[in-house]
Amino acid sequence: MSQTINQTLQLADTCLILGQRNSEWCAHGPILEQDIAITNITLDLIGQARNFYQYAATLISKNENKNITEDTLAYLRTEREFKNFLICELPNGDWANTVLRQFFFSCFQLLLFEELEKNSDTQLAAIATKSLKEIKYHIKWSSEWVIRLGDGTEESNNRINNAVQQLWPYTGEFFMPADYEIISVSSLKEKWLQSIKDVFDEATLTIPQNIFMQSGGKDGVHTEHLGYVLSELQYLQRVYPGAEW
Amino acid sequence: MVKYISLNQIEKIYSLLEQVSDPEIPVLSVLDLGMVRDVICKEEEVEVIITPTYSGCPATDAIAFDIKLKLLENGYSKVKVTYTLTPAWTTDWMTQKGKIKLKEYGIAPPKNKTANQNNSRIHKMLFEEEDSIECPRCQSTNTVLLSQFGSTACKALHQCLECKEPFDYFKCH
Repeated sequence: MSQTINQTLQLADTCLILGQRNSEWCAHGPILEQDIAITNITLDLIGQARNFYQYAATLISKNENKNITEDTLAYLRTEREFKNFLICELPNGDWANTVLRQFFFSCFQLLLFEELEKNSDTQLAAIATKSLKEIKYHIKWSSEWVIRLGDGTEESNNRINNAVQQLWPYTGEFFMPADYEIISVSSLKEKWLQSIKDVFDEATLTIPQNIFMQSGGKDGVHTEHLGYVLSELQYLQRVYPGAEW
Repeated sequence: MVKYISLNQIEKIYSLLEQVSDPEIPVLSVLDLGMVRDVICKEEEVEVIITPTYSGCPATDAIAFDIKLKLLENGYSKVKVTYTLTPAWTTDWMTQKGKIKLKEYGIAPPKNKTANQNNSRIHKMLFEEEDSIECPRCQSTNTVLLSQFGSTACKALHQCLECKEPFDYFKCH
């Protein structure tokens, strides 16, 4: 039971924190249509997070005989309890950085959810199936941006190259297993690399080699950034407990 | 005393559901959208089972509330709205009547069935567009995609190159 709870929370936290980061672009996107695009993706991620949190809340409530809700889990846990990947909590940086992170994450999420869809836990499988339809839009959109910037002007190429250097060390964590994970993530690595390479080739980008990979997020050991994300996200419930609108 | 609920009763509930609309696209009822999966009557209680459209669609909670309200207003004292995620909602469930209403409202209805979509084709589909979506205003198929993401999660933004008007397209999902 606790294995499923931890796995579900990891999926929920990952979607929530990336959604929260992306939402910072709201009203700051480079043009109106792209502002709407990134906030639509954010909405999908927050929706997926809610589905996972609701399921985790049901399991925890039953297990511990307490009344836990999706809000308790999102608003009242500390950073050491969050299990999201480090890459989700990193500051947005520029547009190149944001779209590249979305691309790395969505390609991984597709492979992970295709496995999750086959899992014997029917609720996790159902959430995965529903999310997969949304993830396909995210991959298409972010792949096109990576190609547009990589194979664009000198400036856009520099920007996306910088983003590759900054974000690559955070991609290894996807494939490092945590003891509660119900999917064998290390087996997804080769397929993921291939999907990155297909787009990178077209974008005239190269995959960095032999780079030290950061980890810790899955076990609650985060960068200094997560505390700040949570203090903004959780402010209202911390200051006015139980507030509703 | 056990009260039997006749088939007539179920039909009556469906006719009430026909009056509950999507708050973001008021021309469509929850039945047109294909969101209602089942209506179950047990003694005094009515249970309506619905499928959310997109995971993050903010209209879902409002729709569940409106269904409850509509039935309570019409004399059903115990009403429950339950969500189900399987099978996942698809635009294939949208009724023909719903598609016509959408078009009259100025939103191009979903053009294709989703059945033949395949994950492994995502890469090949880059920069590709769904072909010739018809402009709901002038019926021209000389249109172009402006953005895959529109004013709500379910819509994309297109523009007609004949009448120059931008329009929403309810995308296949």
